[in-house]
Amino acid sequence: MLHALIAILTFQLVGETLARALPMPLPGPVLGMVLMLAALVVSPRFAALVRPTAQGILSHLSLLFVPAGVGVVGHFATLGGQTAAIGLAVVVSTILAIAVAALTFAGVARLTGSHDD
Amino acid sequence: MTDFADIWSYLSQGPLLWLTATLAAYTLGDACFRLAGRTPLVNPVLIAVAVLALVLHLTATPYATYFEGAQFVHFLLGPATVALALPLYDSLPRLRRALWPVLAALVAGSLTAALSALAIGAALGVDATVLASLAPKSATAPVAIGIAERIGGSPTLTAVLVILTGITGAVVATPLLNLLRLRDWRARGFAVGLTSHGIGTARALQVHPTAGAFAALGMALNAIATALVAPLALSVFSQGLP
Repeated sequence: MLHALIAILTFQLVGETLARALPMPLPGPVLGMVLMLAALVVSPRFAALVRPTAQGILSHLSLLFVPAGVGVVGHFATLGGQTAAIGLAVVVSTILAIAVAALTFAGVARLTGSHDD
Repeated sequence: MTDFADIWSYLSQGPLLWLTATLAAYTLGDACFRLAGRTPLVNPVLIAVAVLALVLHLTATPYATYFEGAQFVHFLLGPATVALALPLYDSLPRLRRALWPVLAALVAGSLTAALSALAIGAALGVDATVLASLAPKSATAPVAIGIAERIGGSPTLTAVLVILTGITGAVVATPLLNLLRLRDWRARGFAVGLTSHGIGTARALQVHPTAGAFAALGMALNAIATALVAPLALSVFSQGLP
């Protein structure tokens, strides 16, 4: 577990370093994820090593969100009249994105003859 | 002789109390979610946030003091993002077989999520910080917060927008996709995971295992896509704003 944790933190560290060196606005942890994916593909032994720890962290993914969410309380006052506009933007864009992504997937799957098992 | 007020003033200044409170509030929210039959409307994160906000308000505790303890949980957002490589790795064989539909849906869905939210926000006159917080809201929490921080958004507002996007997607997905008469579980799952990240993925897993696997894939791929799409989409709408 300790080795897996060191591996995950090291990928994040390298990702953070790269993020500052690259001109693109990619967050360090995302770069760390891409690097770790490459490592997983190269070595199945590495996948077995990090699996329990990675699954442990991911099983409570939504908990990690709570501290930032609590911070919004001090924020509501500054939103004022924008709350309705923000709510409308969130709901409508979510419906549109699901519809567009699902229709595109199904359409291209039909064109390329891609079937599930 | 130490009275309660002294003990409270000692505990409320250290990280132990607020770290424990964060974990306890989330456990309470999760228990409510299970009791309500795992309906996406009862969201454990929203319950935990509401409970903690009420406690901080009643005890007149500043957010900075609370964050002293909560930062240990907040810190794990980064390692959790790196750990998303694992479900992505597990889906690689299925991804290879559905490469073109996945790529097309990723580009179309990621652009639609960011551009339509920004178009509505800009049309209704929200300010630049709010626009920058809206752009990455379909990405999973740690990624969306990281992107928002880099493009001038508010991390806390982004966190709430991400939760709202997740709940909206989890609630509307099944009736919406039935209305569109889509029966490909890969398409349904991928769209929900791409748009509504972890909350949508949890919902897709309840509906169908194939939908769940492709939702995890959609969530992971859109984490990368949004990092590129959100700044791009924002640059389209932020011209002329202060």
